[in-house]
Amino acid sequence: MRPRTPARLVRARPEPSFTVTFDGREITVLPGRTIAAALWSAGVVSWRTTRDRGEPRGVFCGIGVCFDCLLTVNGRPNQRACLVRAEPGDVIRTQEGTGHDD
Amino acid sequence: MTERPGLVVIGAGPAGLAATLAAAARGVRVTLVDAAPEAGGQFHRQPGAGLGARRTRALHHGWRTWERLRDGLAAHIAAGRVTHLADHHVWCVEGARGAFTAHALLGPGQEESVAVRADAVLLATGGYEKVLPFPGWTLPGVVTAGGAQAMLKGGLVLPGRTAVVAGTGPLLLPVAVGLADAGAKVAALVESADPRAFVRHARVLAAHPDKLAEGARYAARLARHRVGVHVRHTVVAAHGTGRLDAVTVAALDADGRVRDGSERRIPCDSLAVGHGMLPHTDLAETLGCRLDGTGVAVDDEQRTDVPGVWAAGETTGIGGAALSLAEGRIAGLSVAARLDSRAPEPGSYAEAAGARAGLREFFAVVDRVCAPPARWTERVGDDTQVCRCEEVSAAAVREAVDGLGAGDVRTVKLLTRAGMGWCQGRMCGPAVAGLTGCPPTPARRPFARPVPLGVLAREPDASP
Ligand SMILES: Cc1cc2nc3c(=O)[nH]c(=O)nc-3n(C[C@H](O)[C@H](O)[C@H](O)COP(=O)(O)OP(=O)(O)OC[C@H]3O[C@@H](n4cnc5c(N)ncnc54)[C@H](O)[C@@H]3O)c2cc1C
Ligand code: FES
Repeated sequence: MRPRTPARLVRARPEPSFTVTFDGREITVLPGRTIAAALWSAGVVSWRTTRDRGEPRGVFCGIGVCFDCLLTVNGRPNQRACLVRAEPGDVIRTQEGTGHDD
Repeated sequence: MTERPGLVVIGAGPAGLAATLAAAARGVRVTLVDAAPEAGGQFHRQPGAGLGARRTRALHHGWRTWERLRDGLAAHIAAGRVTHLADHHVWCVEGARGAFTAHALLGPGQEESVAVRADAVLLATGGYEKVLPFPGWTLPGVVTAGGAQAMLKGGLVLPGRTAVVAGTGPLLLPVAVGLADAGAKVAALVESADPRAFVRHARVLAAHPDKLAEGARYAARLARHRVGVHVRHTVVAAHGTGRLDAVTVAALDADGRVRDGSERRIPCDSLAVGHGMLPHTDLAETLGCRLDGTGVAVDDEQRTDVPGVWAAGETTGIGGAALSLAEGRIAGLSVAARLDSRAPEPGSYAEAAGARAGLREFFAVVDRVCAPPARWTERVGDDTQVCRCEEVSAAAVREAVDGLGAGDVRTVKLLTRAGMGWCQGRMCGPAVAGLTGCPPTPARRPFARPVPLGVLAREPDASP
């Protein structure tokens, strides 16, 4: 039996995938996913380091409230990965500290 | 041409949708504004269209209700009675009786703001999850229970292969079942409350056989997935370097102390954790609406104490999707009548009012039984980060309280910066209050969302 996945559970027939880059590495993304969902499906769970202690962070609340999932998209820092939909060709970067001095 | 007065509904969850349908069916022109790309709110969150889900209901409860709301909304939009502004984040509502303006940032860029004018406002902004800190809770792989559910429903993704679901409250059940249905191994469901405490409220429970049946269905599905359920247990620590690889779970005694020798380490790469929910009240507070506890205060018709402003659903208090639906319907009927200078027809909302009374009573019991475990603050180690944004440790909060004499959340905030970061204290508020030893007070925030300075400088903004 094939393992259960969310996509099989809902019998998903996604539109053609596209690619984005994450810190220069190419990632394949299914359309309709947020950047956070795209990163999770690529096995990435953290993409920000905190200002003081340099700790890794990723998704926490998943709905735009906590701001833990900030990253830089196409040069714009402090975007919430859990809200922003991934678009073909997006250049996504991890964010250090405030995102303004890197 | 005379136009019917307009209502702006903020939030397209069960409450906002029920209100929109009830008001639009009675001739009110409604503008429904919501931050998400699709209507549905938290409970009916839909997968992104490009994902091509053909059987979304496998991830959902109350699918028939959703179909009714979705089709009703589509019909009203087609007839020109309702305008749905998706991807609009409202950051401020201003005005007074008969002339309100809602300002919304266009997402996801959020650099432009539009103004929506209306005669009446319904706040249906729902709530967000409360998580109390414990050692390791900032590790990647630790997510809120609702967040795991939102990522699953919206993005068809799992937080990892092996999950532990923990905390307290009814939300943990659908989250554990959802993750397991979708293929995650759920290593444990850890609930700190004691279900036997429900027995003390037998009368209320007996009045809600549907809720008991719902609980039994979840229990059966957890058993089918072989999920171990540990009640009167808590996660005392999350472990890992750079990402979660295990949690330590322990049994609690009647006084909320960890039972000696009961600690057990469970390997997992994800932890979905939550300790209940809190209402979103920022927009109501800027409008000057009175709060009742942590939610917006409303009367029998779901009116706030500010004329022209209604509130429904979890923004008024936490009680699940069915209560939000009932409150939304009552609010919609009230708005339609009041904008016509009438009182709502007697009996027009009797059924919804009955449902509302019963569900409020039921969730008051849930709230009491599923309170955070006693002595949780004692398990927050000094080096645990309490404020995730500003990286303020429990030691710093304790120093502000014990060393510097701070006696309330506001003073602790000024002394430590806890609550001054991006999330404006939404995440750390309950924890700071707990460590300070005072009840959580609603924080006054100037705006519901961080607003780019450019937007503030460019006022007044355009119409959508
Ligand atoms: C992350 C999360 C997941 C949940 N998952 C479940 C679940 O799986 N099962 C379950 O039984 N219960 C779940 N709940 C509980 C859920 O909140 C209720 O069951 C129900 O959805 C409440 O309905 P509502 O209409 O009051 O609010 P919501 O459904 O929360 O709807 C509020 C809507 O308002 C919008 N909004 C909020 N603020 C603004 C703003 N400033 N501008 C514009 N729009 C705004 C939101 O985007 C949202 O669409 C979840 C809660 C959360 C926080
Ligand atoms: S995960 Fe909380 S804002 Fe994105």
